[in-house]
Amino acid sequence: MKEAFNPAEYYEKTRQLVGYVSRKKATPGTYAELGFKCGLEIHQQLKTSQKLFCRCPAGIYQNGNDFDAEVIRHMRPTLSEMGEYDGTALMERRTRKNIIYRIKNETACTYEIDDTPPFPINREALNIAIEIALLLKTNIVGELHITRKQYLDGSIPTGFQRTAIVGIEGEIPLKNKKIRIIQLSIEEDACREVSDIGHWRIYTTDRLGMPLIETVTYPDMKTPDEAAEAGHYLRFLARSSGHVRTGIGAAREDVNVSITGGTRVEIKGVAHISWIPELTHNEAFRQKALLEIKKILNEKIKKPRDWKSSHKELEFDSFPASYQPLAEAFSRNMKLIAVNLPQMAGILPFFTQPGQTFAHEISGRLKVIACLDQPNMLYSEQDKLEINFDKIKQVLKAGDDDAQILFWSSPDDIATALETIEERCRMAFEGVPNETRKSFPDGTTIFERVLPGPDRMYPDTDSAPLPIEQSMIEEQRKNIPPEIFQRFEQLKNWQVPEDTYPYLLKNNLMPTIEKIVREGNIDPKYVSTFFGHTVKNIEGKRPPATGFSYNKIYGLFKFLGEKNIDREIASYMLPVLYDHPNMEFESILTTIDYKPHSREEILSYLPVLKEKFKQINTSPRPEAALDWIMGRLRKLAVGNIPLDELKALIEKELAHD
Amino acid sequence: MTDLFKGYRGEALVVLKKYNVRVWGQAHIKTTRGDFEGILLPRSENDDARHLVLKLATGYNIGIATDTILDMKETGYKEAHYKIPEKEFPFSPEKPNVKLFGTGGTIASRLDYRTGAVIPAFSPGELYGAVPELADISNLTTEKLFAVFSENMGPEQYKKLAVSIGKEIEKGIDGIVIGHGTDTMHHTAAALSYMVQDSPVPIVLVGSQRSSDRPSSDAALNLIHSTKTAAESDIAEVMVCMFGPTSDKYSLLHQGTRVRKMHSSYRSTFRTIGEIPLAMVDRNKITPIRNDYHRRRKDRQVKIFPYFEEKVSIVYYYPNMQPDIIDSLVDNGYRGIIIAGTGLGHVNKPLYPAIERATRKGVAIYMTVQTLWGYVHMFVYDTGRDLMSKGIIPAENMLPEVAYIKLGWALGQTDDLDEVRRLMLTPICGDITKREPYNGYLIFQGGIPEVEEFLKTIHK
Repeated sequence: MKEAFNPAEYYEKTRQLVGYVSRKKATPGTYAELGFKCGLEIHQQLKTSQKLFCRCPAGIYQNGNDFDAEVIRHMRPTLSEMGEYDGTALMERRTRKNIIYRIKNETACTYEIDDTPPFPINREALNIAIEIALLLKTNIVGELHITRKQYLDGSIPTGFQRTAIVGIEGEIPLKNKKIRIIQLSIEEDACREVSDIGHWRIYTTDRLGMPLIETVTYPDMKTPDEAAEAGHYLRFLARSSGHVRTGIGAAREDVNVSITGGTRVEIKGVAHISWIPELTHNEAFRQKALLEIKKILNEKIKKPRDWKSSHKELEFDSFPASYQPLAEAFSRNMKLIAVNLPQMAGILPFFTQPGQTFAHEISGRLKVIACLDQPNMLYSEQDKLEINFDKIKQVLKAGDDDAQILFWSSPDDIATALETIEERCRMAFEGVPNETRKSFPDGTTIFERVLPGPDRMYPDTDSAPLPIEQSMIEEQRKNIPPEIFQRFEQLKNWQVPEDTYPYLLKNNLMPTIEKIVREGNIDPKYVSTFFGHTVKNIEGKRPPATGFSYNKIYGLFKFLGEKNIDREIASYMLPVLYDHPNMEFESILTTIDYKPHSREEILSYLPVLKEKFKQINTSPRPEAALDWIMGRLRKLAVGNIPLDELKALIEKELAHD
Repeated sequence: MTDLFKGYRGEALVVLKKYNVRVWGQAHIKTTRGDFEGILLPRSENDDARHLVLKLATGYNIGIATDTILDMKETGYKEAHYKIPEKEFPFSPEKPNVKLFGTGGTIASRLDYRTGAVIPAFSPGELYGAVPELADISNLTTEKLFAVFSENMGPEQYKKLAVSIGKEIEKGIDGIVIGHGTDTMHHTAAALSYMVQDSPVPIVLVGSQRSSDRPSSDAALNLIHSTKTAAESDIAEVMVCMFGPTSDKYSLLHQGTRVRKMHSSYRSTFRTIGEIPLAMVDRNKITPIRNDYHRRRKDRQVKIFPYFEEKVSIVYYYPNMQPDIIDSLVDNGYRGIIIAGTGLGHVNKPLYPAIERATRKGVAIYMTVQTLWGYVHMFVYDTGRDLMSKGIIPAENMLPEVAYIKLGWALGQTDDLDEVRRLMLTPICGDITKREPYNGYLIFQGGIPEVEEFLKTIHK
């Protein structure tokens, strides 16, 4: 008697076959063996007052349900300049999506809905892009050519993004190596998606058209950690210009991953650099798993070209009405289709990513390409399966080595769904399909669309080429900040604790710190640590009141210097300043109850306190006296005498005994 | 020889010749700004002569300033062949036969490197490749009559178009579609309304506001709607078929004599003025919203009047206009003038003598209104009466451009000004209407609460 198939055990078995290890257990050797390669595409919004190709204000966001009007559009693929159709475009055509754009008058004009041609490019944005192109050491182009990059998912109402190369071939230094930069482009941001259900996708147009730069690296990163390091470096570099936006969605990463024998897969819209290592790690092993599947299939099926699925429509009443997705499908007048996949036993439950198997690859494509909302299918070797597949096998005349899928769909989408299943199965013979994938916080990904190629580029006939004269470049060169690796060295020389570096660089605090240090003649280590620990700490607790900026802290130190008040009081004043950024510094001092006391006055209390302590002391600790006296005098001393100095004087007084 | 360097001139051409790099050549270029590598693309003749255009491997184009070039080498060659995939247009005997005439609009188009703009591509096979839905509607045949931009359409083209339409109708076609640039589509629509009368089949002008090389183009949907109209509709009129709203929802069928382009770039740019459109059309159905149109007939009794006098002008009146404007037209041999007057149809007094002189010399002068909506009413004020006594004839509620076309057409047929007057004031295809419906004048004012409510709930 054949042993019953156990999907959970099979998942575990195939996971081991793939050689999956957790990221903690992986070593650089693990990645070298996989042939791991990773490149980044970093999108960073620029801090300009207006959008890139129209005069709408930039940086104002609305709730997706707050709109004045809606427009509905559909996208059609068009030929590239070189006369080819792009693969993504053809895929999107099959999906037949109705795309709704929500418009709010405050943030969108007729340009956003593609009823007005572009206005001349925003010069403020172009200058920032040139500055960053210089920081990346790229070769800056002689003439800017606005190009249309097709996006048929509807995220841009024109069906393309206007984008232009500013510089190519640059580099950034990491700790142990250099990462080469392919290009820096300036482009318009896309819409924000509100929802995507069935054949209806809704976008809001507030973000559409905001100026953005995209930095693309070569696939020079050989481990997930290197990828994150490069991500951080590029972020710090952009921030160091002081002209980029911060906050949720202001910077987004696309991560390209491939392994030996695999192919370039793009993980889109990674919101946090800290997600990169887990995502790239899992993607590498997903590709490894697909290569294992390829090996198995090629051994089993000698003539992949002859491989073909078959299908039959089934009646709902042959299944228990209790299974919720089927009951729902029935009530929505959908059809039930069973598909037989010859000789595919053991493929659908095969491990691909933590918690996912090959069946997810198919289900994801059914959702995106055929618009079947999930759950959209069941399969014969599924874990905790609530449907008996024996009858389905009979109807399909399936063999023992075949696998079956059961899906439900509205009649119009069946053909696309069948095509999608067959197509994805055929791709399994080839290995890893070119695709873009959407990332999740847990480090896994799902299918988003077919990876677009150079065929989706087309010159923008609405815009004339714009010369970038040497004088424009020289003008920007005047403003460029020191490089990030120089900042790392600077902080190290100042002996600033290393844990503060990311905070200081991502918030572009070095110019402010330098100004405070220079003008107030204050120890740079102290100022840097004040920001990197004290300010960071309060930010972690609550958001600042409106009007607070790091420049207020510069004002604080300037005030203390002018009043000749000891800087240690700054950490007492900070919480008040943070919550009431417009309060006068004098009032803040009153609020925290500061009064000036002369050094002599403070020291005059020492003998009395020393005597008092002797009377009340019960502690055997030798430092007890020092601690107690410091405690009595701290409030008096802060702002009037440095606490280190006071401590030394107390110790001296105590030593007199 | 110069073809090797398409579009390049001046310094750029000198540099290309010096290093012997051709257009479509893979070029490696050393410059003072670093190295660049890509395919050398042709350059638009309107762009400057001191940059080269390269297509990078990533598909992006960039420009290189010639004065930064240190060295250059051609390392390969790959010429692009831009071609819309051509598929044979399927024929099915049960489907209506539709003829598509091309005039040079942007229904299907490709990039023109010489100007950097788009030029049309057209054969049925190309159209089928780009818009396969057309085959579900009709058997489509095409004929490219000329390739001119909308603004270059004129009497020659109107006449040729009218004659060609007449021939197709006689041959038994079920409907006609004319691809046309949008800028002067309403002029051509008016011309055809006069030159092709009593057509037994629909004659539909169509174009696009976003060229068909854009994924969001309105071209495909307009073409589907117009082909459906030509093939299936009962409305045997000259019509303009263009987007009703800016959304991909439906097109409107506008009567050729009452339609006007009203926005420089919106998709929904065409509006019926002083009336309502004939019908709405989407992929599935044609919904008439008027019923006073000419019905489709089985006979082939079409009348073709391919006449046009070119010495006709349109004068858009403005305050302080000087009489020499009118004088110079008369002195240059103009035989007809349409005035777009202010308000109910007025011009200032200093023009009176010039107008008197013109009519005395046999120039036909007709008054229309620059308000576009409403009738000329020259009895209301003395000014109007004075003008009529000087020989100006009020042209009722004819649109200025339509009156211009009609006058050219009338003067093309006869020198007899009474006959011209008869032709001008006899309503043809609704160019003059007896009454203006209350909903013939609707310009919604944004910001008003009820209008905003409408915008929010309707896909405009």
